[in-house]
Amino acid sequence: MTAPSIETRDLTIRFGGHAAVNGVSCAFRPGELTVIVGPNGAGKTTWFNLVSGQLTPTEGRILKDGVDITRLSPSARAKAGIGRAFQLTNLFPRLSVLENVRLAVQARHGIGPRAFRPARAYRDIAALARAHLETTRLAALADLPAAALPHGDQRKLEVALLLAMEPDVFMFDEPTAGMSVDEAPVILDLIAGIKKDGRKTILLVEHKMDVVRALADRIVVLHNGELVADGAPDRVMALPIVREIYLGLPPEDEAA
Amino acid sequence: MTDTAAERDLPSTAACARPTAGGVALFSVIAVIGLLLLFAPFVFSDVRSTQVAARICVFVVLAASYDLLIGYTGIVSFAHTMFFGMGAYGAAMGLKFGGADWGHLLLGSVGGVLAAAVLAVLIGLLSLRVKALFFAMVTLAAGSVMMVLASQLTSLTGGEDGLVYSTPRLFKPAMKLVTNADGEAARLFGVPLDGRLALYYFVFIVCLVVFVLLARIVRSPLGTVLEAIRENELRAEAIGYRVVAYRTAVFVIAAVAAAVAGVVWAVWLRYTGPDTTLSFDIMIDILLMVVIGGMGTMYGAIIGVVVMSLAQSYLKDLMSAAAGATSGVPILPHLLDPDRWPLWLGLLFILLVLFFPAGIAGTLMKKGSRS
Ligand SMILES: Nc1ncnc2c1ncn2[C@@H]1O[C@H](COP(=O)(O)OP(=O)(O)OP(=O)(O)O)[C@@H](O)[C@H]1O
Ligand SMILES: [Mg+2]
Repeated sequence: MTAPSIETRDLTIRFGGHAAVNGVSCAFRPGELTVIVGPNGAGKTTWFNLVSGQLTPTEGRILKDGVDITRLSPSARAKAGIGRAFQLTNLFPRLSVLENVRLAVQARHGIGPRAFRPARAYRDIAALARAHLETTRLAALADLPAAALPHGDQRKLEVALLLAMEPDVFMFDEPTAGMSVDEAPVILDLIAGIKKDGRKTILLVEHKMDVVRALADRIVVLHNGELVADGAPDRVMALPIVREIYLGLPPEDEAA
Repeated sequence: MTDTAAERDLPSTAACARPTAGGVALFSVIAVIGLLLLFAPFVFSDVRSTQVAARICVFVVLAASYDLLIGYTGIVSFAHTMFFGMGAYGAAMGLKFGGADWGHLLLGSVGGVLAAAVLAVLIGLLSLRVKALFFAMVTLAAGSVMMVLASQLTSLTGGEDGLVYSTPRLFKPAMKLVTNADGEAARLFGVPLDGRLALYYFVFIVCLVVFVLLARIVRSPLGTVLEAIRENELRAEAIGYRVVAYRTAVFVIAAVAAAVAGVVWAVWLRYTGPDTTLSFDIMIDILLMVVIGGMGTMYGAIIGVVVMSLAQSYLKDLMSAAAGATSGVPILPHLLDPDRWPLWLGLLFILLVLFFPAGIAGTLMKKGSRS
């Protein structure tokens, strides 16, 4: 078995007395797509924030390819190959769609020694950025300010930024939330494409069961900040505790 | 044909898509200002106008570097005059205590600019990671301390009186750049080719070079990163930019630009004191210039500085003329009395902010964009 690319050990964060993530230990390997499920407030986004560095844990450790990154800044983790798309759209609102993506490409590839040339002269960077806009079907909107996009397109741009980071670990936080039925497949196909590559670690927070079934190699269930189940989709979804907390079914309904 | 092909390849950004009618107007105005500044000694023969032109050059650098901070990166600092003063005092001390030659001017200037850069690194690293308001407070405190130091360290700074010194020989009014048959300074279009002229072009060229560098920075990939930090610092960090490092770098660049402007100002005035460099009045002026011109536009700095400088220099004259002309009318002459000029300046600001909410340059560039 390949070594884990991302691992958290006894990861805990407390806000005041409330443990939003409580002693979560799990490891994820390249080539594996894990869906993280759990009711609202379970701690999924908070766990993401700990892994990508927006929050610092109260206890526990985070490892990337076996190296402790618990104290690294978010930018250092991005450089280390951890990429993250946000649940609440988190863009550069007054910059154009192309510039949003170009920034991510530029962060990944650097601008080299000729930093004084006008930004638009960096055709290689612009070309990569445009390619990501093609993939996410945003090319026609390249020159609009990000804030002017409808919600669904902003969600796509959120994903385009993540693609442009070219990470080894992709973290999607409800990427299709609020998208129309014809927009969501663009994103899901894209995630399936990344999965096919086979070398990337994919973590996906998603509520829609059909999506979970179609994509998941593995499911992790969080509840009240704790990891309550972890394993193959069929097995996890059949666990009584999961049916109770996640599907909202009381255990006695199971027999019915 | 080739033009359109090139245009298609160029990724245009939201900020600078096709030029708008307002944008064309703006750049025409800027071109005219640039030409007037370039030929100022020949166009305006009186000493006062040349003084206004030199002040405009220096303040364009100050306002543009301040715009890099507040308009592009979203850093609010009140220490800009402090860095301006450090450059000015550096040059002044070199000329005063070293001697009125190029070597000591250079020594003092480099010393002042380096000190500004080092202080900017320290302030940046220590406090740019905290909240914007706290950072603004730190810069305010630093500026105040510098003002106290300048007025207390009398033996070094001349205290409240400041320092008076002479400049390298090239800039002395008696210097003849080219002599004619009579042994006087030769004239070009009636303007004597003397040290005054050399001094003006020293100011103009240094300021032009610094401004062009600043304008290139905002158009470079670094400039986009600064805007990204202003727009959404968390996301900028999340995609891999070390926000604190970028903020510190930009704070240092702005400090160095302000210090160079200070050097030039000290050489031009042959005098450096708290009132010409460190005072909070100047800080407020810079802030108003950037706001009036348009934050985050760089070229707005030019417009803002010109509008403010003309108003500050000529509003009084205009008013006394108007007061004289209306002397028969009841209340008007009192309102137009030159002593009331701050009232009219205030009114001018209010009108500008009302009609140009994004600053003159910012608002103009958007005009006509809906074609
Ligand atoms: N910065 C914070 N300060 C205080 N409490 C927080 C903070 N961030 C998250 N929490 C709390 O932590 C808990 C977990 O929130 P989180 O956003 O991680 O849930 P989630 O599983 O992503 O839910 P959802 O499905 O609604 O997105 C919630 O009770 C939330 O109120
Ligand atoms: Mg969430």
